[in-house]
Amino acid sequence: MATTEAIDVVMPQMGVSVSEGTITKWLKQQGEQVEADEPLLEISTDKVDTEVPSPGSGVLTEILVQEGQTVDVGTKLAVIGGDGAKAEAAPPAPATTEAAAEAAAPSSAETPAPSAPAQPAPAAAPEQSTNGKTFVSPVVAKIASEHGVDPSQVHGTGRGGRVTKKDILGFIESGPPAEAPPAPAPAQPAEPEPPSEAPVPAAAPAAPAPAAAPAPTPVPAAAQVGESFEPMSAMRKGIAEHMRRSLDTSAHVTSAIEVDMSKVSAIRAKLKKEYQQSYGVNPTYLIFVARAAAETLRDYPWINGEIRGDQIVTRSYVNLGFAVELQDGKGLIVPVVKNAETLNLLGMAKAVTDIAQRARDKKLLPDEVQGGTFTITNPGGYGTFHGTPVISQPQAGILGTYAVVKRPWVVQDDMGEDVIAIRPIMNLTLTYDHRLVDGALAGRFLRDLRQKLESWDESAY
Amino acid sequence: MAELTYLQAISDGLRTEMRRDKRVFVIGEDVGVYGGAFKVTLGFQEEFGAWRVMDAPLAETAIVGACTGAAIMGMRPVAEMQFADFISCAWDHLVTVAAKQRYRAGTPVPITVRLPSGGGFSGGPFHSQNPESSFAHIPGLKCVCPATPEDAKGLLISAIEDPNPVLYFEHKHLYRRIKGEVPEERYTVPLGKARTHREGDDISLITWGAMVYTADEAVQQLESDGLSVEIIDLRTVMPWDKQAVLESVRKTSKALVLHEDTRTGGFGAEIAATIAEEAFEDLDGPVKRIAAPDTPVPFSPPLEKAFIPQVDDVAAGLRELAEY
Repeated sequence: MATTEAIDVVMPQMGVSVSEGTITKWLKQQGEQVEADEPLLEISTDKVDTEVPSPGSGVLTEILVQEGQTVDVGTKLAVIGGDGAKAEAAPPAPATTEAAAEAAAPSSAETPAPSAPAQPAPAAAPEQSTNGKTFVSPVVAKIASEHGVDPSQVHGTGRGGRVTKKDILGFIESGPPAEAPPAPAPAQPAEPEPPSEAPVPAAAPAAPAPAAAPAPTPVPAAAQVGESFEPMSAMRKGIAEHMRRSLDTSAHVTSAIEVDMSKVSAIRAKLKKEYQQSYGVNPTYLIFVARAAAETLRDYPWINGEIRGDQIVTRSYVNLGFAVELQDGKGLIVPVVKNAETLNLLGMAKAVTDIAQRARDKKLLPDEVQGGTFTITNPGGYGTFHGTPVISQPQAGILGTYAVVKRPWVVQDDMGEDVIAIRPIMNLTLTYDHRLVDGALAGRFLRDLRQKLESWDESAY
Repeated sequence: MAELTYLQAISDGLRTEMRRDKRVFVIGEDVGVYGGAFKVTLGFQEEFGAWRVMDAPLAETAIVGACTGAAIMGMRPVAEMQFADFISCAWDHLVTVAAKQRYRAGTPVPITVRLPSGGGFSGGPFHSQNPESSFAHIPGLKCVCPATPEDAKGLLISAIEDPNPVLYFEHKHLYRRIKGEVPEERYTVPLGKARTHREGDDISLITWGAMVYTADEAVQQLESDGLSVEIIDLRTVMPWDKQAVLESVRKTSKALVLHEDTRTGGFGAEIAATIAEEAFEDLDGPVKRIAAPDTPVPFSPPLEKAFIPQVDDVAAGLRELAEY
């Protein structure tokens, strides 16, 4: 059973633009038996939170990266099988770079092991290796991380040799012993990466180097009266970085159009029972808009396109992203319905319901949040009638759908006379990248989209 | 400034308010002719008359009920329970009516209930309790526990002035043992503001009432060992000065909570939990509690001594925490 050959567990590549991940939980402890494909740990990236299955069977001989640490893609996280256990006995002098080198060996078949260049392993590693014996109190841990000090190098005077707050403060004040500290490196330099790095199937855009993001995070001052701090989740950091980058990249312009949803509303009422009873899904307004948008986008390849370098990318397919608010209200994820142009109304309803549910259950696969060519966001559920969403990079447009509101509407009666009727009206916005999409083009897109919705052809969908 | 005992300071505060505000009156068992079991209201009936210093039957329910009604009609009653222990008879009026009236009907209930509390003189199980945590748990009630004569006067005036029902726990053991300078004029000590009884850097000791003195003696003993302990006297346990406690703990990184009440569910548990919750990353040791064991207060003097936290217990606890 015990594999003699050691299998390395590495931080998987969770998406094209994902460069690092945080270990949120080890589901197996050191020394435990683990089977191939059994969930081994949970990780959190700026795109998804997910479980990582074990790449092989054997005893989990070594956990190299602890919960809460963030490491680069490709970093070796643990070893399964082999005779790694004995290696632990003699704690070596803090040696971290070789671990990363080992990780380069393509060992796992499960994850597309990226050609990890010699990345520096996170600075936190030596802490575990040599200081496993005594307890590090919260305040000592905090001071250690603030000053980049390894508590194991501090002489402890507390119970059982524990390093007390006084000990570590004294250590910092009097300076470390003669030898130079091993430069703690949380802020990785944005080193140029080998260009051959990305063997990714779909669209490997000239992805804005994610390494550019981590600016030196200033240590916040202590909370003022009435304030409190809460740490940013990986997802929140990802959103923050993406939103800023999108506004810095695209020339955002928003156009809006009013759509009479009478026809959709009638069809919706008719289909509702059947959809719910037979398929367990709801024919929401969003589904109709999504269906019509997928159809319209085929006529507007640039709105379904992308600027890549100095080329314009167009596609023969529509991968439709949907902004989904997570249940805790503290995050947003954009799962993608691939080849949305092939789905009829029912297919769209099922696909959207499925990804939205799995997004909330954190069951999305990494690939399902990538590769979108156009996005729909639906803030109208709360009654808003207009907005200016931010484009999901590197796409060229995002469609906003808003509340359906009954409004007095001028229509023509049978005699061709203008009369005022009560109609369910929905505002739609198209926010587009004006670098690629001109206002007239956006206007025509919205016009066609409105046309499809107002004269919904049941048989065609 | 005059030097007054803790008891004289309470009398002084009460007299000051009665002279200033005609709505203030006193009601309780033997508070009139006899001047109160502990003589807090001695001479009051002569000065203010029988209608403002009323002897009540031996019925705490009636006393608190009457106070609640009078308060709703605009008066500022000050009730005296002969011993804090007896307030359980008035639980329903206090907890179900007085504490909730403001929330139910919007009517303020400005009553003050004086509660001679605490042990240390062989009063036995019915005359020695410190039931502040039971009432601190009731939304709508405030709980005041002065330790010094100056605070005793200033906090009593604040309690009478406050539009809510306030339970004023006056520690019997301090009545005549503790003396201090007390300003002659009227002044208030705000509810919810702790007092730094002694500054220090190594451990924060949070306490109130008579335990402030036990803590102080213990800390003095340890000073020669170079241990520097900060004593925070909460003064009021509801509202309690979370900010002062957290500030001190963030400085020292170690905390010991001390109270004379029994341990389980005592107010120290709330403080310890808050420290763990809000100052976790600043802690360099476990949050420690020293309190009485979970039994009634024993009558026998040696047993009572074993029951109420003593100077040596506190010193041992501090030493243990220092060595952690």
